[in-house]
Amino acid sequence: MSLKVYVPRDAAALAVGADAVVAAIAREAAARGVVVEVVRNGSRGLLWLETLLEVVTSSGRVAYGPVKAADVPGLFAAGVFAAEVAASSQAHPLCHGLTEAIPYFARQTRLTFARVGVTDPLSLQDYAAHGGLVGLRQALSLTPADIVQQVTDSGLRGRGGAAFPAGIKWKTVLDQSAPQKYITCNADEGDSGTFADRMLMEGDPFTLLEGMAIAGLATGATHGYIYLRAEYPHAHRALNEAIRRARAAGWLGTDVLGSGRVFDIEVRLGAGAYICGEETSMLESLEGRRGEVRVRPPLPAIKGLFGCPTVVNNVITLATVPVILARGAPFYRDFGTGRSRGTLPMQLAGNIAHGGLVEIAFGGTLRELLYDFGGGTASGRPMRAVQIGGPLGAYVPASQFDLAMDYEVMAAAGAMVGHGGFVAFDDAANLPRLARHALAFCAHESCGKCTPCRIGSTRGVELMDQVIAGEQREANLELLSELLETMQYGSLCGLGGMTPFPVRSLLQHFPEDFRDVQH
Amino acid sequence: MYSIDHHDLGTPAAAGASVTLEIDGQTLTVPGGTSVMRAAALAGTQVPKLCATDTLKAFGSCRLCLVEVEGRKDLPASCTLQVAPGMKVRTQSDRLARIRRGVVELYVSEHPLECGTCTANGHCELQDAAKTVGLEEIRYPGRPAALATAEGLSPTNSHNVCDTSNPYFNFDPSLCITCSRCVRACDEVQGTLALTVQGRGLESTIVASQAERFIDSECVSCGACVEACPTAALSEKPLAIIGQPTRVVTTTCAYCGVGCSLKAEVKDEQVVRMVPNRDGHANHGHACVKGRFAWGYTTHPDRVRSPMIRASIQDAWREVSWDDAFAYAASEFKRIQAKHGRNSIGGISSSRCTNEEVFLVQKLVRTAFGNNNIDTCARVCHSPTGYGLKHTLGESAGTQAFDSVMHADVIFIIGANPTEAHPVFGSQLKRRLREGAKLIIADPRATELVRTAHIAADVHLPVRPGTNVALLNALAHVVVTEGLVHEAYVAARCEPAPFARWRAFVAEARNSPEALESTTGIPAASVRLAARLYATGGNGAIYYGLGVTEHSQGSTAVMGIANLAMATGNLGGEGKGVNPLRGQNNVQGACDMGSFPHELSGYRHVSDPAVRALFDNAWGVQIDPEPGLRIPNMFESALDGSFLGLYVQGEDIAQSDPNTHHVHAALAAMECVVVQDLFLNETARFAHVFLPGSSFLEKDGTFTNAERRVSRVRKVLEPLVGLADWEVTQRLSNALGYPMAYTHPSQIMEEIARLTPTFSALTYEKLDTLGSLQWPCNAEYPNGTPTMHVGQFVRGHGRFFVTEYVPTDERASRRFPLLLTTGRVLSQYNVGAQTRRTSNVAWHDEDRLEIHPDDAETRGLADGDWAGVTSRTGHTVLRATVTDRVPPGVVYTTFHFPESGANVITTDNSDWATNCPEYKVTAVEVTCVAQPLDWQRRRHAEAPVVGRKSKDGEQRKRDVAAT
Repeated sequence: MSLKVYVPRDAAALAVGADAVVAAIAREAAARGVVVEVVRNGSRGLLWLETLLEVVTSSGRVAYGPVKAADVPGLFAAGVFAAEVAASSQAHPLCHGLTEAIPYFARQTRLTFARVGVTDPLSLQDYAAHGGLVGLRQALSLTPADIVQQVTDSGLRGRGGAAFPAGIKWKTVLDQSAPQKYITCNADEGDSGTFADRMLMEGDPFTLLEGMAIAGLATGATHGYIYLRAEYPHAHRALNEAIRRARAAGWLGTDVLGSGRVFDIEVRLGAGAYICGEETSMLESLEGRRGEVRVRPPLPAIKGLFGCPTVVNNVITLATVPVILARGAPFYRDFGTGRSRGTLPMQLAGNIAHGGLVEIAFGGTLRELLYDFGGGTASGRPMRAVQIGGPLGAYVPASQFDLAMDYEVMAAAGAMVGHGGFVAFDDAANLPRLARHALAFCAHESCGKCTPCRIGSTRGVELMDQVIAGEQREANLELLSELLETMQYGSLCGLGGMTPFPVRSLLQHFPEDFRDVQH
Repeated sequence: MYSIDHHDLGTPAAAGASVTLEIDGQTLTVPGGTSVMRAAALAGTQVPKLCATDTLKAFGSCRLCLVEVEGRKDLPASCTLQVAPGMKVRTQSDRLARIRRGVVELYVSEHPLECGTCTANGHCELQDAAKTVGLEEIRYPGRPAALATAEGLSPTNSHNVCDTSNPYFNFDPSLCITCSRCVRACDEVQGTLALTVQGRGLESTIVASQAERFIDSECVSCGACVEACPTAALSEKPLAIIGQPTRVVTTTCAYCGVGCSLKAEVKDEQVVRMVPNRDGHANHGHACVKGRFAWGYTTHPDRVRSPMIRASIQDAWREVSWDDAFAYAASEFKRIQAKHGRNSIGGISSSRCTNEEVFLVQKLVRTAFGNNNIDTCARVCHSPTGYGLKHTLGESAGTQAFDSVMHADVIFIIGANPTEAHPVFGSQLKRRLREGAKLIIADPRATELVRTAHIAADVHLPVRPGTNVALLNALAHVVVTEGLVHEAYVAARCEPAPFARWRAFVAEARNSPEALESTTGIPAASVRLAARLYATGGNGAIYYGLGVTEHSQGSTAVMGIANLAMATGNLGGEGKGVNPLRGQNNVQGACDMGSFPHELSGYRHVSDPAVRALFDNAWGVQIDPEPGLRIPNMFESALDGSFLGLYVQGEDIAQSDPNTHHVHAALAAMECVVVQDLFLNETARFAHVFLPGSSFLEKDGTFTNAERRVSRVRKVLEPLVGLADWEVTQRLSNALGYPMAYTHPSQIMEEIARLTPTFSALTYEKLDTLGSLQWPCNAEYPNGTPTMHVGQFVRGHGRFFVTEYVPTDERASRRFPLLLTTGRVLSQYNVGAQTRRTSNVAWHDEDRLEIHPDDAETRGLADGDWAGVTSRTGHTVLRATVTDRVPPGVVYTTFHFPESGANVITTDNSDWATNCPEYKVTAVEVTCVAQPLDWQRRRHAEAPVVGRKSKDGEQRKRDVAAT
């Protein structure tokens, strides 16, 4: 009997040497004459423990991390790779016991990410064995309107950041009479501190494909596009291979699971522009044009890709659909709070001790997330602010850490949930430079179509430079405030329109930092 | 920079059901789909804007036109916001004022502050916006790159280098506000898609093609971008030299049959620029590289400024006074008539001149000359259209307005190349095609529309030159035998017996696409596909050109087209019809005005006593009931000694008529040739009297375009030589003893209206009010007739004609295995008399022979080699372009340069009904030769050409110099 271990293929694990760990295992196993089967799974999302090596034992998968290649001989020596797990191996300093008993993991509610880190991402058998395709089969037994109703009833809202009810968007597309409709998946994940889309696409790509196929059945679309950012080469390979296998297995193509229904998917790579994550720019880019924002209306659901009715959903939104269809709308809706139903895969990053992916139901407080899961700052200094929802999200001060993760609660506090990214800062952070950074980011990523964003962002950077240099601080801050108003109300899309939020939140919560700028 | 009389509603008109809303407390009702910006402008409130203009779709980028809408928290842009019932809009508030000022301040922070020396000063939309929002200072620190450059510091990047490569306009990126109006104009108005935005954010820059110089890019220099530019970033070169115009005169372009309405902007006695008229019914604010820019010939030094005479064509010219010139011409004509009879002289009118001038020339021939020897240059282009459409439908004219194409579902183009020869209509066509209309093209060559950006012909029928009638019969065969005839339409509107004859004829197996495949060279399946598409695809519109008429069966082909349209019910409504694309500005008008030897104005035969009586009474003469000589008959009569005097106004027959050797011999045999022209043209080599002409800028009158649209030509400048062309004809008539005393062309139009039923209600006052109108204009249709044959045909019932295909004598043989056909290129015009004298030679400075790679290879010809072209009638040499745009067995050339000698090789063959020459088919052999012929090189060296620029041209100059 061979020994089975899991070493993630996720980019976060690869970045810290997962491949070297695998090579070391192979070398060591050969030298010792033992047979070790290595499965390359997705990441469990406990990123501070990557590379997280899991050894299959009779009582479950036992976690070791963070493992470096240099640790491998020691692990062998400690008997970690023995057929019979020696008690001594559990005493190894890198051992964390059963993976699923690690509190960070055990306290989560993994619905969307149920299989990520568990299965071999490209194994159809693994996928089916862990509940895959149940949702799609269920959808095939329903009318399009019933599928849409399920999604509506589940309370699922767009996870890309706008939080628009997915069912309503789908219904709009379903209601259009058109010879061709499309499902487009926005996988241009570019918010700072976010990686949920990537983890899912690398760790369980079939779930996304299944969700898109269900969306196709629900709306009458026969073709799907995944618009993937070019900076995700591993996800690109994983998706293409998953699509190839799904087609070969007959659940994509001209006869979805023998139903006679048509649905197929292609991956399109972006070219490195944040603005292409804005849905209308993404459609322009998919059509082969310059990624520039379109004026709405018409809504993409009515006139989207190539002028056809088009669903535009984020990766996580679509990947959540299979579990809703498989387990029913009430099951999903019963998680969460208020109008924020279900779970949200949140991503902890920045100056935080335990960075990683945390999928929990809506309603928990920021404090729980940042301290119970995140373990406070990595530097050990007091946490002063956290930016939530990407580069356009507000900075929330420590005084507001008792806010609940809930779309409406956050909005009322002038902040946003967005795509669920958290970037933490301690009390040594240079906040005026962060304000400048927000404007510089906008200047760098502006598509150049509308004036407030195209020119205003650069003028804002110049003003912040003067503020930081201590020149005419009051006058410049006043002009900045007027500029932010022009950008907020004048910009064509959210990039220019929301850049003022992080800047203003810093000015509002930390005025003292701007009065007394540290050079 | 906008026009002096600029008026812009911001977004295009909409046509939805009425919507009532409130703007600034004022209730108004506008068509649904109208933007709030346009609604406000209609109500008298101009919302500030920079990226919006009413020739382009709303774009929403400048963010200056934001408004407040009751019940909405955001500030939508009024250009992209459509009106809704009950909507309450506020266009002014403190917050809006603050944000608008903020936006303009951002714009100006990136713009040089040098308004005082800018060519657009006072007519700049950015400057206006700054004034409107009350911008007083730029509070932002820093010196942007654009400002640094404008202040004379060396440019740090290529973005700020002014591109002066186009001969007509400059692009100065430092003045650009990146509103994308130029890019959108290139896409939406012109349809060339040559411009784009490169880079992003503040680095966003307008570039042509792959960031090339304009002259090297795909830009076709139509000027739509210049027209759209709100600042001086894209501006006409003369603005910087002459200065801003002080007055505007609306007139009509004198190039092709589209007849664009143009505004001549003038300072002192100099035209500064031509701006296409947004209210122009044929062009809606668009123009092309010729009409918009190539008017420099009007002041070219080659313009002849004095009348001249000589006793013999061997003599040198002698400058004389007008009176002496008229007296000499009159005495010579009288002498010839005294000796050889009344019919020994004649006249030729010009499609380049106004209706009034054409009318006067034929009046002079019929009165002062006393005969019917009047013909017009339409003889050599669209005379078969006149014959074919008159006999089938009852009127010698296209049936639709250009705008009708926007309702067409299937567009069938045969023997025409609109994007080169009728560019403004070509652009409109592209718009419709990009909206999804289907396209069938019958042309030996793969013209641009066969495949271009976002357009591909659904069917291309590469018809062998000379076999149009066979193709049309094959199409008709499919319609008839596959049950695609619109039976109810034909039964109600066409004569039954001729239809039955036609139906039986085309149904014969010998007319099937399969049987004719070897004749036309087109796969039968393509013909069947095209026929089904045209017959069943919705509104079918046919557009055709000289590729149909200039054949020995030109008239037959026109009738074949009319048959096809009648059989499928595609006549008498919007989006349908049969439309000849007229080559010259006033071909339609020249034909309408009675300048054929057999017809008086309005296509009334001279044999009709009632018609003659009308004119006899009006003119106090007795018109001959027998038709006079056609142009080819004049040449033949000259050679047999019975026709010795000719008055030619504005046509260069020595270059443009076929079989040059024959034409030259005929002209040389005449005793008095009077040429009236802007330049000493080829025909003037054979002339005894030269009367200097006036350009379209120097006279009043009217032109009638291809859609029967009569538009005013208005005098922009005083005639260079003192007399307008109509005055010259009048004084010649007076010298001949037939008095004419018009003091203004409007009086000539009054006479035309009095004598011509289709023009009876047409006056200059009406044209001034309506802008333009399409004849018939009479008591029944006082404001003109956009669509003809509605309800019934002009002749009552439509008449089908049997169109037996008779192959031309001009066939490929062992000696002459290739078929030569001809066409136009965008930047040049006909024999090039005007365009060769402009900077348009930057795009096309020589005629080339297009030959398929297979044919080139067997002859050892490489691209750029000299190719000797020999036909049964002559020999010439052209440089070869090896391209698969032409099919094997077919060669092609343009005919814009006299040294090309295209007509040295064309034959005497002509249309059986009208004598229209068969320019489009000449059997030739092509060989590789070392150099052009001696006469070509001499002619080339003399040629008046503005700045030839291509390498080949330079090389050729050296070749010439070396010999």
